[in-house]
Amino acid sequence: MNIFVCIKQVPDTEATLSVKNGKTINEDGIKWIISPYDEHAIEEALKLKAKIPETNVTLITLGPKRCENALRGGLAMGADHAIHIETDEHVDNRIIAKALAIAIKQEGNYNLIFIGKQAIDDDSYLTHIYLAENLGIPVSTNVTLFNYESEKVFVEREIDGGEKEKIEMTTPCVIGAAKGLNTPRYPSLMGMMKAKKIPIKKLSLQDLEIGEIDNKIIVEKLFAPPEKPQGKVIEGDIEDGVKELVKALKDEAKVL
Amino acid sequence: MANIGVYVELKEDKSKKSNKEAISLAKKSGKNVYAIIFTNNLDQHLDELKGIKKIIQIKDQDLFYQPDYYSDTISNIIKDFDLNDFIGICSAQGKDLFPRIAAKTDASLVNDCIDIDFENNLITKPVFAGRLLTKIRVEDEFKMYTIRPNVFPVQASDSEENPEIITKELNKKELKTRIVDIVKSDSKKIDLTEADIIISGGRGMKEKENFKMLEDIAQLLNAGVGASRAAVDAGFATSDMQVGQTGKVVNPKLYIACGISGAIQHFAGMKTSKIIVAINKDSEAPIFKKADYGIVGDLFKVVPLLKKELEKIL
Ligand SMILES: Cc1cc2nc3c(=O)[nH]c(=O)nc-3n(C[C@H](O)[C@H](O)[C@H](O)COP(=O)(O)OP(=O)(O)OC[C@H]3O[C@@H](n4cnc5c(N)ncnc54)[C@H](O)[C@@H]3O)c2cc1C
Ligand SMILES: Nc1ncnc2c1ncn2[C@@H]1O[C@H](COP(=O)(O)O)[C@@H](O)[C@H]1O
Repeated sequence: MNIFVCIKQVPDTEATLSVKNGKTINEDGIKWIISPYDEHAIEEALKLKAKIPETNVTLITLGPKRCENALRGGLAMGADHAIHIETDEHVDNRIIAKALAIAIKQEGNYNLIFIGKQAIDDDSYLTHIYLAENLGIPVSTNVTLFNYESEKVFVEREIDGGEKEKIEMTTPCVIGAAKGLNTPRYPSLMGMMKAKKIPIKKLSLQDLEIGEIDNKIIVEKLFAPPEKPQGKVIEGDIEDGVKELVKALKDEAKVL
Repeated sequence: MANIGVYVELKEDKSKKSNKEAISLAKKSGKNVYAIIFTNNLDQHLDELKGIKKIIQIKDQDLFYQPDYYSDTISNIIKDFDLNDFIGICSAQGKDLFPRIAAKTDASLVNDCIDIDFENNLITKPVFAGRLLTKIRVEDEFKMYTIRPNVFPVQASDSEENPEIITKELNKKELKTRIVDIVKSDSKKIDLTEADIIISGGRGMKEKENFKMLEDIAQLLNAGVGASRAAVDAGFATSDMQVGQTGKVVNPKLYIACGISGAIQHFAGMKTSKIIVAINKDSEAPIFKKADYGIVGDLFKVVPLLKKELEKIL
């Protein structure tokens, strides 16, 4: 069985972000990680690999040179192969999905594609479904439970109000991983050693013949939201404090 | 004149609260508004759709959300009625349905919009979990948007005009992704992404049982109960209650954080709340820097007092 996992490299959730040229983030000093939901995607692929003999897990990413590290990280977790569509160009989610789809098709057979429900940098919630539509296969996202049995996929996906949809799909299909799905493993020392030796297949957008890169979503401006002014901290007698708080919420803030 | 569509999201044939926001926004665009609604009982929804010129009602004997059926049906409507813009809510269903439609109709979609300037074609949306905002220009004939709940203003309609109603059948061509069942949650929880008031607990709650205190207040205020990741990881709360970067993004009028330190990842999920209240025994806790009101004290004393005071005024 051939499993693909799409991963994106993003700034660490703790990173202090500043804006450069009004349009992009200043990358100096940023620690890069695999987007957290993509780690759940890798983990689920590796869990399935452990159950089904002769399964290959291939990681794929699109982005600049630095994204190699994300691929190395996923290989160290236990993935078998990695593909890097290397580009410095900023491309929108439609084009990313198209490029990923072409690159995956080029590899031959694919049974399952795991992907994150959202990348925590652009928070687009798009690539998974675009990818599936490009390939003409079923997709489910925000998946918190995954089961595979004789070429059928059963998932649960979280919807509003704590409810869950139970979904059936045939393979090949795309699964958008959410947090509840599993606990991603840490790479072992041996895994890290092994990962260093695995060659990363490099592709360019030109190799994929995706045609004209017609970004339709153009970032005009990136900026920090206005900071809230410091609020009122009530110390001392809590009985009085709570009274003061409730009064303020009612009369001042008018939210009760 | 250009045409704009708005998807009226229903859950068990009840209208989602934020439909009002989407409808108001569509009207504000100055374009011809088409409301698209999947229901067999249109009458009960007509009040909300007042002031809309055209309603496209989709009927079927067993009408429930199947992504393939819904996206096929809407994609056809978009083509048939020449819609240039299409708006919905950035809900669980919106995030599932809208990308499917966008892919099928080759539209450009922006999810989680917090401002849309139709005139200048500029959309604002949070990125990096709200640590930054971005203004986006969409260079496409056909644009789709999902809006963040609780952000856009609601404008009541004074129109007495009767809308034109167009009825369509559900397009049941192909079902690749099949929803076979819905697992209900055990309690009647208020949906956090739409809640007006949320009271959340963190590691400081110490035990699962103590969340009962928050539930009592929630009942009083008709609020939702949330949690930090530490509280979820410790088993005090379920994962659907988690607020933050890897949990839910919420946007209530009032957010009360009890025993939550205010980590950047938690803040990412609730920072746009109109009023933030923090209850924490550590006066140095970072949450106080971001709260509109804070009480320094033991939550096991403060929360019961809060309940008592609220009971007095409600
Ligand atoms: C990739 C990533 C994603 C993450 N995503 C999320 C997310 O989505 N949501 C999230 O919440 N976190 C998330 N986190 C975790 C986050 O970094 C924090 O660890 C977490 O928010 C801490 O939860 P807490 O405030 O409940 O616990 P703590 O930080 O331990 O704070 C507990 C607080 O309770 C106070 N307290 C204790 N006892 C009492 C008492 N009796 N009375 C009053 N106050 C008391 C303490 O003073 C303290 O401030 C994420 C982390 C990472 C790395
Ligand atoms: N440049 C990329 N390369 C590989 N995978 C990506 C890329 N961008 C997004 N993805 C995948 O698509 C998911 C959803 O991303 P997004 O649509 O940007 O929120 C991510 O979690 C990744 O798994």
